[in-house]
Amino acid sequence: MTITRRSLAFAGALLAGIAAMPVGAATAQELKIGLAAEPSSADPHFHNLTPNNQVARHIFETLISQDEFQRLGVGLAQSWKLIDDLTWEFSLRPNVKFHDGSPFTADDVIFSFNRVPNVPKSPAPKTSFIRGKTLEKVNDLTLRIKTPSPYPLMLNDLAQIEIMSAKAAANVTTEDLNAGKGTVGTGPYQFVEFVPGDRLVLKRNDAHWAGKPAWEKVTFRFIKADPTRVAALLSGDVDVIENVPSADVTRLKSDNRVTVSSALSNRLIYLHMDRLRDDTPFIKAKDGSAIKNPFNNLKVRQALSMALNRQAIVDRIMEGEAVVAGQLLPDIYQGTSRTLKPVAYNVDGARKLLAEAGFPNGFSLTIHGPNGRYPNDTKVIEAVAQMFTRVGIDTKVETLPPAVFFSRASTGGPNRTPEFSMILAGWSAGTGEASGSLGPLLGTFDAQAGIGSANRGRYSNPEVDALLKKALATVNDGERAKLLAQGTEVAINDVGLIPVYYNKNTWAARKGLKVIGRTDEYTLAMSITR
Amino acid sequence: MLAFIIRRVAQALFVVLAMVVIVFFGTYVVGDPVWMMVPGDATQEQVEQVRREFGFDKPVYLQFMLFVADVLQGEFGRSYVHGGSAIGLILDRMPATLELAFVALVMAIVIGMPLGLFAGLKPDHPAARAIMAGSILGFSLPTFWVGLMLIMFFSVMLGWLPATGRGPTTTILGIETSLLTLQGWKHIALPALNLALLKISLVIRLARSGTREASLQDYVKFARAKGLSPRRIVGVHILKNIMIPIVTVLGLEFGSLVAFSIVTETIFAWPGMGKLLLESIQRLDRPLIVAYVMVVVLLFVTINLIVDILYSALDPRVRLAGKNE
Amino acid sequence: MSDLTLTKKAEAPQKAKGEFARFVERFLEDRVAVFGLALISVIVLLAVLAPLIAPQNPYDLGRVDIMDSRQPPGAQALDGFTMWLGSDGVGRDLWSGILYGLRISLMVGLVSGLIAACLGLVIGLVAAYFGGRIENVIMRIVDLQLSLPSVLVALILVALLGKGVDKIILALVVVQWAYYARTVRGSALVERRKEYVEAARSLGLSHTRTMLRHILPNCLAPVIVIATVQTAHAISLEATLSFLGVGLPQTEPSLGVLISNGFQYMLSGKYWISFFPGVALLLTIVGINLVGDRLRDVLNPRLEK
Repeated sequence: MTITRRSLAFAGALLAGIAAMPVGAATAQELKIGLAAEPSSADPHFHNLTPNNQVARHIFETLISQDEFQRLGVGLAQSWKLIDDLTWEFSLRPNVKFHDGSPFTADDVIFSFNRVPNVPKSPAPKTSFIRGKTLEKVNDLTLRIKTPSPYPLMLNDLAQIEIMSAKAAANVTTEDLNAGKGTVGTGPYQFVEFVPGDRLVLKRNDAHWAGKPAWEKVTFRFIKADPTRVAALLSGDVDVIENVPSADVTRLKSDNRVTVSSALSNRLIYLHMDRLRDDTPFIKAKDGSAIKNPFNNLKVRQALSMALNRQAIVDRIMEGEAVVAGQLLPDIYQGTSRTLKPVAYNVDGARKLLAEAGFPNGFSLTIHGPNGRYPNDTKVIEAVAQMFTRVGIDTKVETLPPAVFFSRASTGGPNRTPEFSMILAGWSAGTGEASGSLGPLLGTFDAQAGIGSANRGRYSNPEVDALLKKALATVNDGERAKLLAQGTEVAINDVGLIPVYYNKNTWAARKGLKVIGRTDEYTLAMSITR
Repeated sequence: MLAFIIRRVAQALFVVLAMVVIVFFGTYVVGDPVWMMVPGDATQEQVEQVRREFGFDKPVYLQFMLFVADVLQGEFGRSYVHGGSAIGLILDRMPATLELAFVALVMAIVIGMPLGLFAGLKPDHPAARAIMAGSILGFSLPTFWVGLMLIMFFSVMLGWLPATGRGPTTTILGIETSLLTLQGWKHIALPALNLALLKISLVIRLARSGTREASLQDYVKFARAKGLSPRRIVGVHILKNIMIPIVTVLGLEFGSLVAFSIVTETIFAWPGMGKLLLESIQRLDRPLIVAYVMVVVLLFVTINLIVDILYSALDPRVRLAGKNE
Repeated sequence: MSDLTLTKKAEAPQKAKGEFARFVERFLEDRVAVFGLALISVIVLLAVLAPLIAPQNPYDLGRVDIMDSRQPPGAQALDGFTMWLGSDGVGRDLWSGILYGLRISLMVGLVSGLIAACLGLVIGLVAAYFGGRIENVIMRIVDLQLSLPSVLVALILVALLGKGVDKIILALVVVQWAYYARTVRGSALVERRKEYVEAARSLGLSHTRTMLRHILPNCLAPVIVIATVQTAHAISLEATLSFLGVGLPQTEPSLGVLISNGFQYMLSGKYWISFFPGVALLLTIVGINLVGDRLRDVLNPRLEK
């Protein structure tokens, strides 16, 4: 009897067309996201790292926002103008309320900027984004920021500083914020709880100025192991996962319970060559005798770039989840070159260039790289080694745990110089434009000026430096972009480093959800819609 | 007995001291932790600022002294990455790991002992041979591989059990546990089994070889001849005989269960201290590593103490170390 | 029973040859063990002959080609040969990879197991036999060792020495010896107090002689149990360390590296990348254990009928 009634009801539901709803739909107001890395804290100013920043973006907002392509837009500042070369004036969004109901004013901005350098024991402070800026309150909703010299990256910097409540966050510590005390922002979601190692829970901020957010409750689960994250999605533990391993993309795309979306990343995978020393430690003649550093010869560098079959690496190792690279950033970004293309694969050409450079029989080389830092990193290094071996360079591979690799690659040599002869590494431009790549990677190493900080090959070219310096002092966007593109072309044609590919960021979600992929690798509940 | 315990505790302090030295210099040679703290695009200036803040720019001996000073203050310093008290972070995660190790240990005994006894009593029975062959599977395949297989089978294909995480927890008598709810058991089943597999095999083997030896001993033969019931022979004579090696090994294994939970916790996203340790090692978070090792040393010393006392209870011929001579 | 053992062991040197023959005979009585021995022999033979029978040298980066990567079993390689077990993520022929990987895995497992067992045996015996302060110091070092996570030990060794077969063997010895020492001490403590040891001592035999001739043989059974388990475990521990990125170099893979490389493909449907190396590892370990189990039964004086 019961059974009959139930099946009748079921049939009725079928007729009404609602039985096709997936099981998960009952709790569709809750969104569960499986993250690959967990934030080290809920304090937005504590640790400037992607896992922390992406969670902070839900609770806190910045004066300037970045869209999915990292293009700058209005945030808590609704308009701005340059009063003179050194002074910016921002008008703040009116009627914005913090989660505790207090109004947002210029005082909160000043409080937040003052807090940034005063977070004790911060493993990666955000101080570089506030450096040189003097804040001045005009009225509750108007703010002026002064710099000592013209500063074109003002808006990029402001997009990195989360605004906390001067009232709620006064005198709270990082541990207080982890426990939810003072974790009060203006963002679309409110902090509920943070259980380190397990989850971080948010709830909807119904009073958000941009309207009611889509999800009542958002739970981030931290699932580090790649296949487990995929399994968690397939078994229904979570609704969305980030960093889908390339090995599983093909299968997930053909699974009709799942949708996969991806976005081109701002992360370049590249090879850096030692240009610092005349005798580089990991290059020898094939018979083991010492030779002069061959990387000082442009033809050798060109030959190595030519020996790479980038498309094969993208297709066979990355399984299509990458794009071949010809410069430092994909050309959708400001300041990139329109003319640079990936160097074509040409084994004979590479051999010929090597012969012309005086290495008809090649030499032997060890490439170093991290294991487990970038997707498929060890396999990519092995593929690169295969390709170099084919043009006559006996190539060995040594992959090291990131904790060992980055320390040695940066300062492992004598006098805290880089240790290795050739490394594979990755770089993403946090600023979302070309100076964020060209300066650190290929500018002449200068600790004082903050240039060349990731230049582990110590490439140095005065022409590039001059163009870069000029660009960094040019406030006009179009002109600056032109200068940066020019600098990139000079450095890449001189093979200051060998670009290999740009990563893609990939998300997978249960059917019915749509994820708008972001170039900055952030996974945001705001980008996930039904 | 009291003197024995006091002596042991004093020795434990020396072990702890040696540990601090080993961990400090061990992680020092691995690399500069600053590279695991700052974002990839940090400028040289930022890197130097962080190194100064944490004292990584000081000479080794000075860093070591500062480090020891932190440890002696009782908090084992503050985690580089998380900022909180290192020992606090470890203790927060400890209940989850102990719970997992405990369930795994119980699984090992409950599953391993009867199978091992059976295989020992009837060594030529086909089922006994199957048990022994099956037990080889337990330790031949790497934990991470088996773990993912379990997830694939029970979570993805059958959909019976959740793939990741820990169930809802409740606190009773000051102990935080997820074992009071069905949901909690569902969450712990797969990771505990994964962790227990190696131990099940070990218990099967130890129980089997112990049983075989014991059943050939004179007193068992004698008991049989006397017509004692098989149940009594197994229950009293054989079980008692095989308990010693099993108690030793399991005592030890509880420690190694905690230590080995690193891989299982990572695969199953179990929020325990093993997962935290792996992350800390990968990020060279020295204070956290030391705090973890400290906790494990204490655990081992306690277990060893209990095992040694149990020894003397189970077998009067064994004297407590340090009591004689 | 104990005095019986004493006599027999005391007579052992004179009758060494006869005893060995008897040992072989007893070993061969068990058909399953013979099967295990045959299995291990075939595996060792394959490993030794790998350079002759493998269609590809999987360590030669000039011959491994990523264009061959992820091919299913039976596919044709660009070099013309057939990859009967398919290929891995960088285009390495899995059959060749397994043959070469066996060499490394067997070496790593056996060598590290042997060294750790000997070391642990001696240390454990010394601790139990002398007792007192020596025992205390040794056992606290054992505690120290057992509380150090193996990942940390391996990471430190990788940082100090780099990656390599010899380094991983060292790491595994460091990780394993304490297990043996702890177990041996446990059994030796029991043996030490038995009458035959007292007898040997009162006869004025030297410490070394008493330990090696009298206590050691009676502690061997648990050591062999642990050893067969640990050797197998060492091989899979090496896989786990490689999985965590502190094991062997990627370009010269052991079975463990092959399996951990295949890990990421397990959900993708390309089962063969970790399945076949897994089967090879399984067969190896089954073989070792079948032989080990029988050895233990034959060697154990207390199991003689």
